[in-house]
Amino acid sequence: MTNKFKEFPGTPLSEGDFKEGKILFYHDQMKADFAWDTGVAIGSYLAALKEGYLLGGYCQTCRKTVIPPRTVCEWCFRPMDSYVRLEDTGTVNTFSLCYVTWDVKRIKEPELPAVIEIDGASPLHGIMHKLGEVDPEDVHIGMRVRAVWKPPDEREGAITDILYFKPFKEGES
Amino acid sequence: MSERVAIIGVGWAGYRPVSPEVSYKEWMYEAAVKAYADAGVDPRRDVDSFVTVAEDFIEGTSIFDEYVPDQLGAALKPVHTIGGDGLHGLATGYMLIRTGLANLVVVEGHSKASNVLTLPEITAYAQDPVLNRPLGLNTEFVAGLEMNRYLFETGTSLEQCAAVVVKNRRNALRNPLAPYGADLTLDEALEGPPLAWPLYHRHKSKHADGAIVMVLASGERAEVLSHQPIWILGMGWCNCAPSLESRDWNELRYIRKAANMAYQQAGIVQPNLVIDFAEIDDTYAYKELQHLEALGFCRVGEAGYLTEEGATEPEGELPVNVSGGSLGMGNLLDASGLARALEVVLQLRGEAGSRQLEEVEVGLAQSWRGVPTTSGAVAVMSH
Ligand SMILES: [Zn+2]
Repeated sequence: MTNKFKEFPGTPLSEGDFKEGKILFYHDQMKADFAWDTGVAIGSYLAALKEGYLLGGYCQTCRKTVIPPRTVCEWCFRPMDSYVRLEDTGTVNTFSLCYVTWDVKRIKEPELPAVIEIDGASPLHGIMHKLGEVDPEDVHIGMRVRAVWKPPDEREGAITDILYFKPFKEGES
Repeated sequence: MSERVAIIGVGWAGYRPVSPEVSYKEWMYEAAVKAYADAGVDPRRDVDSFVTVAEDFIEGTSIFDEYVPDQLGAALKPVHTIGGDGLHGLATGYMLIRTGLANLVVVEGHSKASNVLTLPEITAYAQDPVLNRPLGLNTEFVAGLEMNRYLFETGTSLEQCAAVVVKNRRNALRNPLAPYGADLTLDEALEGPPLAWPLYHRHKSKHADGAIVMVLASGERAEVLSHQPIWILGMGWCNCAPSLESRDWNELRYIRKAANMAYQQAGIVQPNLVIDFAEIDDTYAYKELQHLEALGFCRVGEAGYLTEEGATEPEGELPVNVSGGSLGMGNLLDASGLARALEVVLQLRGEAGSRQLEEVEVGLAQSWRGVPTTSGAVAVMSH
């Protein structure tokens, strides 16, 4: 629509108009603090991260291993209460090269978010994390990766207890 | 298309001031499993549509609809979250069935009020951002303004408001779900510093965590599935204008209109002749009185006297909030309307334990979305 107009009548606003107080505006900083109870399943998952391992859940009806664990299977709606310890290795299901940060800054070296299907979990069950120690050009779907953990005394029971996942070759530790 | 709609299953989890050991998802699941077992339905196989009520600002998660399917058994099924009270959710389910889009609908509401560390600040975001919020007042001031004008116009006394607190918290002593049961005197109900005079701190319901799930069915399905369906005879809802500056603080015309909408569907002309008991919003004690009047149970200015005389006690003419109401059970945020409806269902089924009312046939549930809103809903039910 805008390309039909040659001229735009009206008064354009500039950043300076705000700074100089020429415009009536109201600045507000939202105070929204939450302390979400993580619950049984996610709580156990985070506690395991602090200990340095991955925890999944097993649905006996669907015969499926999922990560993170949950108290109910979303597909058969049966309770899920058996936990399984999983390897911290997996395969890249999909990834992206992000050149804009979360607070909208341009960056030259891209961030590498990826979904990693964890070994031992059923297909399409994985962890959403970032990749590291890898040239962005070398990242590919199907790439084998392993978790790089924070030192034990720095872990706090959070998804960031894993720093990132890095590529590895089978047989390497 | 189904003319008749019934509640055939109810489930709940909670209610408690805090609930650090469960996530909101796990509590929704607990309430849902109970409701499905109660109704004898399998959500994966039988349920056509799911409705949840939640406010993104309260949850701390945008587009909250995304986080509800798994724990309700609603994955790959029609599901949506509405920004409304639990009774608005019930009304949405009612419409889905009345229009013939669905035969079996699940309605969910929950509160994790304890997880919102800055609840007053979040509530302030309901104020007009240009005209009211810059004044920097705690949103409770709206209740103070409304109560003051209501007392002024009707001659209702502080003691009559305090009588609501005493009654509802005493009722809660007989409700195992209610965390705020207490045996208070009138004087004790008026103790302590006012929040926003003339509103005293014990006249405000404290928050609680909990979850409630209900299963709604078309008449045909209800007859097959349930041996004690609770029929929804009528549902109404209404909003007034938001302006604080030009508000009628005394007569709540939006509640009156919501009630009339429900009464009309139910064929009710004189509510106090037909309705045996009511579960109504008592977020603040004076609101129970205002709501009683707006619902047409008595004339404006009479509710305080009726309460004082004991007419709304469990053994009175019109028992009100036998459950304990929000003052006794806790304010469950947008699940509060479902808590009111749940008590109506339990009473009509004869499953209310030691607080069971005798010979009740028709019950009413009413909700209000709290300050600063003029948003309410009404449901009339029968067994
Ligand atoms: Zn399963």
